[in-house]
Amino acid sequence: MYIIIVGGGNVGYYLSKTLASAGHELLLLEKDRGRYRTLSEELGEMVMQGDGCQADLQLEAGFGRADVVVAVSGSDDDNLVVCQMAKMEFNVPRTIARINSPHNESLFRKLGIDATVSATKIIYNLIEQEVGGGEVIPLAALNRGNIEIVDVEISPKSPVLHQEIKSLQLPPESLIISIIRDDHAILPGGDTRFEAGDSVITLVNAEHEHALRDIFAEG
Amino acid sequence: MNIVILGCGRVGSSFARLMYGEGHTVTIIDIQSEAFRRLGTKFKGNRIVGNGTDEDVLRRAGIEKADVFFAATQGDNRNIMGAQIAKHVFDVPKVIARIYDPIRADRYRKLGITTLCTTTIAAGLLHDHVLTGDWGLAKDYSQDYLDSKV
Repeated sequence: MYIIIVGGGNVGYYLSKTLASAGHELLLLEKDRGRYRTLSEELGEMVMQGDGCQADLQLEAGFGRADVVVAVSGSDDDNLVVCQMAKMEFNVPRTIARINSPHNESLFRKLGIDATVSATKIIYNLIEQEVGGGEVIPLAALNRGNIEIVDVEISPKSPVLHQEIKSLQLPPESLIISIIRDDHAILPGGDTRFEAGDSVITLVNAEHEHALRDIFAEG
Repeated sequence: MNIVILGCGRVGSSFARLMYGEGHTVTIIDIQSEAFRRLGTKFKGNRIVGNGTDEDVLRRAGIEKADVFFAATQGDNRNIMGAQIAKHVFDVPKVIARIYDPIRADRYRKLGITTLCTTTIAAGLLHDHVLTGDWGLAKDYSQDYLDSKV
């Protein structure tokens, strides 16, 4: 695959090295000349100096034949425009943007970016997983993230405690796949009852995630 | 009209004073409070300190009731992102972004954002002025600026 990475900070640098050593053809674009010189001393021809938002530079860098463009600079607006221009000008099949503000996840999806990565959200999820308690923890995103697989923790105060699955008013486009209880996965039926400490693995449309939380959350 | 302006540089602040002087409701956002000095002492519109590509900041600036949103920060991409949030998240009827890069200005114009490319406008006006000696259809607004009471 030909992968273009825009932004030569720490994320861009390590991502480039990792992908190149995995055998991919790779180009790293860095705007700042000083940073570019530092990077090129180690990475050589793999690095190119220039502004990844500019159409003429995108042409020169070969965006037209790129399989993936990844924008990992420190600013969300630059990452957005890199990906949008790559789509508009060169119809790049897959664009990935790093985002800092988790709010921008849905905005970027709406504006045509194929995937986003938010360190803020990942760390938040890890902390939430530790704390637990009535929370909905995203496990995986399917099809650009509009369908999610989530883990709902059943707390001792959950309103669904000891209730049967068939008595729940689940939101539309949601499906309980499995219940993890005492380290065993259960394939649930309509008469399966929820116990405190259950992890309810559910497939849900991201739009209905809040409604799902409301059903299981305490108070 | 309710007008929200992102970026209190020379263009943003001049536009804010102009519209405020004509009696419109104006809110101006900048990431640095010192920028508001450009507004002078007679401007009594709202000033919001914050990142204009953050939906919460835009909400605080009253974007939900805005008729016009104008993005004029120093960064083309910040203006593009702010304008797209105004258009696609808050459905602001008139959204304008100042974009220096002519290519980006053209592409985002095609996506339905009114883009003001001061690069091509200034170059084009100069071209016409040098060849014909007058300013053609464009007007020289410098007297309006000097005459403004705000």
